[in-house]
Amino acid sequence: MSVKLTTRQVGDVTVVDAAGRITLGEGASMFRDTIRDLAASGHKKLLLNLAEISYIDSSGIGELVSGFTTVANQGGVVKLLNLTKRVQDLLQITKLYTVFEVFDDEAKAVQSFK
Amino acid sequence: MEEHTLEKVLESTLESVDSAEHTVLGEAEALGFDEDDLHRVGIALRECMVNAVVHGNRYNARKKVHLKVTRTPESLIVVVGDEGEGFDPTAVPDPLAGENLLRGSGRGVMLMQAFMDEFQISKRSPQGTEVKMVKYKAKAT
Repeated sequence: MSVKLTTRQVGDVTVVDAAGRITLGEGASMFRDTIRDLAASGHKKLLLNLAEISYIDSSGIGELVSGFTTVANQGGVVKLLNLTKRVQDLLQITKLYTVFEVFDDEAKAVQSFK
Repeated sequence: MEEHTLEKVLESTLESVDSAEHTVLGEAEALGFDEDDLHRVGIALRECMVNAVVHGNRYNARKKVHLKVTRTPESLIVVVGDEGEGFDPTAVPDPLAGENLLRGSGRGVMLMQAFMDEFQISKRSPQGTEVKMVKYKAKAT
């Protein structure tokens, strides 16, 4: 299974529910296109819910970072929600926990964009 | 447990990455690695295969990826060789340096080193790069 991305709006925050694997190929491409399309259409507060992401490789990590910079360059912000232990470990190893704001409660995450 | 070795010659495609992952995880499971270590071995193997297919052989259909998996009583040894132009690991910018944190690539080698117990890059004869990675069962948590 590649990645499945579902977008929903909570106030002015766009929540992207992601499930599956973000790896080189279809998964990473789909993830990149979704974030770029959202940024291009003016969605500047993105909350990526990674609760159902089972696997991210270095390409997937690269797309997370690229999405962060793409949205930031347009004056927006990307935050992360509900990381699995394995994704948390990856962010620790790559030091990206110093880049992303991470939440385990959606309401608090949405509130943090105010 | 006897030592057991599998060798495969794979095409330079992303399908080969999946195929190699399946092969290596089968051997790791047979050795008794737990779920977390299977995940770590799987990530390291995928990163290694992607490097061989994408950066080493550059998807060239005439070039192959050489996979060798050895299961010993205490370890899993994976060797991946490509037929590319060679690779200088010292040329990769440190992905943990502040100025590189937001780069979109360059984390593969670091993940392989983090998730395996031994990691070694050498020149492959007559051409290409060979990566040897070892995961010890005794160190499995």
